[in-house]
Amino acid sequence: MTLVDGAIVVLRVVVPALILPALVIPLVWVERRVAAFIQDRPGPNRVGPFGLLQSPADIIKLFTKEDVVPAATDKFLFLLAPSLAVFAALSTFAVVPYGPTIRVAGKVIPMVGADVSVGLLYVFAITSLSVYAIVLAGWSSNDKFSLLGGIRSSAQIISYELAMTTAAAGVVLAAGSFRLTDIVAMQEGTFRLLPVVPRWNFFPQVIGFIVFFVSAFAETNRLPFDLPEAEAELVAGYHTEYSAMRFGSYFLAEYINVIVASAMTATLYFGGWSLPGFHPEGWLGGLLGLLIFAAKTAFFVLVFIWVRWTLPRFRYDQLMRLGWKTLLPLSLANLLWVALLAIWRTSR
Amino acid sequence: MPETFFPILVLLGVAAIMAATILFLNAVLGPKLRTRKKLETYESGVPLLDASRKRVSIQFFVIAMVFILFDVEIAFVYPWALVFKAAGWPLLLEMFVFLAILIVGYAYIWKKGAFDW
Amino acid sequence: MEAALRAAAGTMSDDKISQAEKDEAAYFAERAKAAAARAAEASAVTGTPPTLFDVQEMELNFGPQHPSTHGVLRIVLKVDGEKILEAKPDVGYLHRGTEKLFETETYPMGVPHTDRMDYVAAATNNHAYCLTIEKLLAVEVPRRAQLIRVILDELQRLSSHLVWLGTSGIDLGAVTPFWYAFREREQILDFFEEYCGARLTLNCMRIGGLPFDLTPGWTERVAEFVDDLPARIDEYEQLLTDNRIWKKRTVGIGVISGEECIEWGLTGPVIRASGVEWDLRRAQPYECYEELDFVVPTRQNGDTYDRYIVRVQEMRQSVRIVRQCLERLEPGEIRGKVPRVIKPVAEEVYASVESPKGELGFYCVSNGSNKPYRMHVRPPSFINLQALPRLAKGHLVSDLVALIGTIDIVLGEVDR
Repeated sequence: MTLVDGAIVVLRVVVPALILPALVIPLVWVERRVAAFIQDRPGPNRVGPFGLLQSPADIIKLFTKEDVVPAATDKFLFLLAPSLAVFAALSTFAVVPYGPTIRVAGKVIPMVGADVSVGLLYVFAITSLSVYAIVLAGWSSNDKFSLLGGIRSSAQIISYELAMTTAAAGVVLAAGSFRLTDIVAMQEGTFRLLPVVPRWNFFPQVIGFIVFFVSAFAETNRLPFDLPEAEAELVAGYHTEYSAMRFGSYFLAEYINVIVASAMTATLYFGGWSLPGFHPEGWLGGLLGLLIFAAKTAFFVLVFIWVRWTLPRFRYDQLMRLGWKTLLPLSLANLLWVALLAIWRTSR
Repeated sequence: MPETFFPILVLLGVAAIMAATILFLNAVLGPKLRTRKKLETYESGVPLLDASRKRVSIQFFVIAMVFILFDVEIAFVYPWALVFKAAGWPLLLEMFVFLAILIVGYAYIWKKGAFDW
Repeated sequence: MEAALRAAAGTMSDDKISQAEKDEAAYFAERAKAAAARAAEASAVTGTPPTLFDVQEMELNFGPQHPSTHGVLRIVLKVDGEKILEAKPDVGYLHRGTEKLFETETYPMGVPHTDRMDYVAAATNNHAYCLTIEKLLAVEVPRRAQLIRVILDELQRLSSHLVWLGTSGIDLGAVTPFWYAFREREQILDFFEEYCGARLTLNCMRIGGLPFDLTPGWTERVAEFVDDLPARIDEYEQLLTDNRIWKKRTVGIGVISGEECIEWGLTGPVIRASGVEWDLRRAQPYECYEELDFVVPTRQNGDTYDRYIVRVQEMRQSVRIVRQCLERLEPGEIRGKVPRVIKPVAEEVYASVESPKGELGFYCVSNGSNKPYRMHVRPPSFINLQALPRLAKGHLVSDLVALIGTIDIVLGEVDR
């Protein structure tokens, strides 16, 4: 392996990790503008053209604010928790394929951070880490609202993780692999019986998709599942005591998680970067694949925003009931349905 | 095979550095003007009423227990899903048996009211 | 430089901070010791030793600095996990002694003080005060003034209900209706501004009538607005009424029966949602409400959802009332025959109006001087708030927020 190869391997994984937090800046602007559009008001439009510089200004403000650490906190965990949130959010994207495999100057470059055999498991393992960020924040703050937020969140995230992983098991079954590139590859082309419909997992596994996407809302703590922060009830939930960039870290992590959850939805159920009839070649094909992937992800990000500004919040017990009594059985049913479908396919 | 994990290792390092850098920059750039009131724990604007590190409702504990059981179940389902296409019918029957046992437990927990608040 | 900054900001040095930490640790150690003593005492009474599974209550302080207590309401909660065992409202953070202020100033000077009670519905406050003094003086208010008063009242009711709709939506996480509601409220405030120059603290009524006549074109603009409003109300309802999450959060929450409402003295939309048709505009008509055609909306279940429905329907009725009054408006006097110096006979009177929150009444004791001897206010927010502990018991912390929203309190009126 030459130095150039090594550099490519590192860049493939590091560049997305640097771009993701940078994407949060326009994403916050988009969220606020879309919210404003939904709510029939102008939204941020003073700082820079169309208010585009509002988010950078906010970030500068957060960086230059005082980092208050209340006297009664557990200092080490109080510091660790927000770092953990950012760490987990940044690490998840490593295995998600963001484009096709391309050949440039005789080198084969798969457009994915790390094409590992246990990709999907890795994603679930790392996203589970983010619950620690919230629980530790709730505990270390020594604040009752934080504590309630932390407990709520731990119960919520573990409950929805079950439904989410069971729903995703259906995708694993259909693809016969945990590798996300394989999962994308199996969704290329169209169905044999219906040649106009792309072979996305969405069509045979629509129930699985619904369960997965709803759980994704719960996992990212977005409305209608934003109970851990629930500003009307728990003031700010687990980050009540946080200020400046320690608070900003959670903010950053939330938006990165939204992007990653949308990217995962696009990858697992909507064919990732692939489109029927799209056969990427050279760097232009790679770029096109990347754009297709970005477009699909952006669509789900917009759905995230749209839902947030439309629906009220669940209550805690209702949330648990939905997770355990509705989504979990649905995801198991989906799994059996996919298994039957697979048998039908192989028997033909 | 392990070498495919090398980029992940790099990324974990980068993510850790970034997470630390954010907080470090903030510590350097932000002012440090602390007052006693500022360092108090938030209690909606009145002096503290009660300690916050207390045991919490048993309900949360039950959810955690149930989660562990079901998570182990998922851990069994994943390898099954992975090799399912190779084996077909027999594996499906096995899964039906497995899920039947699981669902008995699930129904029991449901009936017991673990999911009701 | 740093020393100067510290001095300017009144901040502490590091050794002082460590002292603060020690103080806090000592405080908690004391609390823990006291709690242990209490537990030992309790187990001595019941004869069972404390176990690992004993419920540990937590005292949670909700407010005065809390985003959803609608002002400076403080509620001390005892919770087990998320479940409310006890809720104790603690009021008085906004107390300004309004009742005492009335005693120190002449009758006409009392009107602006009423603005500051229920500050989202100043017109009905003005109205109730003026009505009381008019009853004391036995003054007849001219017809045109009566109609304009009713228009102002109903516009105020609309704006108050819009504030309620928006804020209680936010409490339950529905942010968008808030912006829709405030968009319309803004227009109503514009009408007030055009009429009397103020938007919030209106001071728009006088004893015996009104301070100003309407500005030209005002009635046309208001007519246009109320014609437009039902479609806007449909818009809010689209977002909430049949929304399943909204229903889950409100149906069956804080149920109170009609009898209990009467026992607690609850009025306004709260009692009407429990099936009691009690509306002062219908039960004890004042001004020209008698001749107006409107329905008093009632619901049977007495839960948060029904209170929501009742308020939304009331908004539609208010639109009808405003329309009818606008049709009836004719040129005429706007002020009755009130002496220049108001010196009523020594008497005690009570008069009340249906404010957006319920029965708002003034009880005035006159001793024949130009100032009231005693003025007592019956504030609907305060009396409705009393039911909160009863409503909240057994519900979850999230429901408490819905309940504070649903009884629609304004702390300016609760504390006066």
